[in-house]
Amino acid sequence: MQADADMRKKAEDALGKSAAYGEDFNLDEYSAGATDVRYEQNLTDLTEEDKRTLLNVGFTPGEENRSGSLIMVDNTIAHTSLHDKDGVELMSLRDAMKVHSWVKDYMWKLIKPDADKYTAMSYLQDANGYFIRAPAGKKSKMPIQTCLLIGSKQVSQTVHNIIIVEEGAELEVITGCSTKHGVEKGLHLGISEMYVKKGATLNFTMIHNWADQIGVRPRTVVHVEENGKYISNYVTLKPVKSIQAYPTVLLEGKGAFTRLNTIAVAHPGSELDLGSRVIFNAEDTSAELISRTITTGGVSIARGEMIGNANGAKGHLECHGLVLSDKGTQRAIPILEANVQNIELSHEAAVGRIAREQIEYLMARGLTEEDAIGMIVRGFLDVGIQGIPDELRADIDETIAKIGENAI
Amino acid sequence: MLEINNLTVEVGGRRVLKGVDLKVDAGYTNVLFGPNGAGKSVLLMTLMGFSGYNVISGEIIFKGEDITRLSVSQRAQMGMGIMTQRPPNLSGVRLHDLLKVISKDPKETEELAESIDMVRFFDRDVNVGFSGGEIKRSELLQLSAQNPDFLLLDEPESGVDLASIELLGNTINTLLNRDCKCPGDRCRHGKSALVITHTGQVLDYIETDRAYILCNGTVMCSGNPREMLSEIKEQGYEECIKCKLMQI
Repeated sequence: MQADADMRKKAEDALGKSAAYGEDFNLDEYSAGATDVRYEQNLTDLTEEDKRTLLNVGFTPGEENRSGSLIMVDNTIAHTSLHDKDGVELMSLRDAMKVHSWVKDYMWKLIKPDADKYTAMSYLQDANGYFIRAPAGKKSKMPIQTCLLIGSKQVSQTVHNIIIVEEGAELEVITGCSTKHGVEKGLHLGISEMYVKKGATLNFTMIHNWADQIGVRPRTVVHVEENGKYISNYVTLKPVKSIQAYPTVLLEGKGAFTRLNTIAVAHPGSELDLGSRVIFNAEDTSAELISRTITTGGVSIARGEMIGNANGAKGHLECHGLVLSDKGTQRAIPILEANVQNIELSHEAAVGRIAREQIEYLMARGLTEEDAIGMIVRGFLDVGIQGIPDELRADIDETIAKIGENAI
Repeated sequence: MLEINNLTVEVGGRRVLKGVDLKVDAGYTNVLFGPNGAGKSVLLMTLMGFSGYNVISGEIIFKGEDITRLSVSQRAQMGMGIMTQRPPNLSGVRLHDLLKVISKDPKETEELAESIDMVRFFDRDVNVGFSGGEIKRSELLQLSAQNPDFLLLDEPESGVDLASIELLGNTINTLLNRDCKCPGDRCRHGKSALVITHTGQVLDYIETDRAYILCNGTVMCSGNPREMLSEIKEQGYEECIKCKLMQI
């Protein structure tokens, strides 16, 4: 109890501690939002507008090809349904703490409450979120889908998620982050602690679709054990005020592997400060970090960091940034650090416009300039993400087509 | 089909083409000979409208319309198509996706892809890691899918191994003539083309109608393609230059 009190004191002290990167938000400007939202058990009964909001972040209301679904609106869990009860556990974090006494052993272990004001706020509010666990050896064939939705104006949504993939299990999670129509200003603070145990695989896709005045400060750390695999796809193609994230993967067991794909578009007025960090703490671990970002007038900062602390570690970092406007900024910051001798870390970074000869090559095949740019942009952003519903793919295509039109 | 009048072109501030006159009638396949650096590729790139090839004077008339200032897309949409020597890599753009967008007859494209062994490249990014021969086959497949009326072919046989030249030559011939075997019929229904060749090897597979010799950015001579090729092989291009000087 004394430890809890000490931590609480530290968190309170950290409420004024700005994050290392990104715009500093004043937490006092935001409220907790709605507390009594309940969604239909059958999500197909939702309004067309609500369904469209979900679809645009990869969440299918009909739950086709999904093992289970969870929706959080503001700071309330509004819906939970689980179809593959044998293969996976899905519930709110608060419920998980009632069901499993050991859940607290996984909370605030990878992320410190006093890391910055956003983690402190989430800690002090005892943030709820989702708890997903794949039991040992279980391989759920279909992904779990979750949606974190800001439903009220001027809300600070604080989320705490825990994912545990036990030994030899495989799990896929698609999380969509969005705002309800008409919500312009808001703040999303998300703590995600993920544990990929021995020989397990976690495939995690996060799709953002925020609004112009939303600030987003996710804090994610993933712990990967021996021969574990963590694959992440981080997608943000729509306008947002500011996202600052620096997810960190700790490769703690021999043979552990991670691949982090980031695809992002910085629209005018948006600042995307998206990093990825991998720390190789065990032998023969490997990682691939791929960042493909576009600016159409906003600021895009791609930080990629690999820190090698164990022999046999191999990693490659790729930061490619397209500049499609004179007003935008692309900044690629690759960092490689080797602390032992037997290590191979490499990076390639490039920022610039689309080569004119590529556009004209496609134009010579009969495509218009807009379509040619669209095709190149689509190819640039295609990192082979699986399980995206057709509706979201169509929405992504539409966004890319607009980028093509506006780039001329 | 195509008429080039007194065309002068600069590339990177250097005058590469000087007052070129050239004509390709409907259904004709004309050949462009010339030494390295003569400006043959520059002429083809200029005809397609690529940036960096600045027309200083003269005009390009295509299907009766002055296209000198039209965009690359507009020229392609009017029925012009090109196979360049060194196409750019298109990372992320899969060959199959591009073919789907440009194919006028998808079934025919698939069949051609089978016959020239390009199906296995469908999921590859266009030109990325392709060998010289693979690039030519990919370009030819794209051109066939696009099915233009007028083809600009820049050294279609270069970089292709001897065994594959026959396949490539026959494919080009089919693309140009489709089913027209009769020369008269070809003029009415076949396609037109302007082909650059160094070695003349491709002439073993396609029927050509007229040859032009380009030296130092100027057309030196024109005439029967086979006769000209054998003359060049015997005398070299220097004789063409001397001959032209004599005329002046």
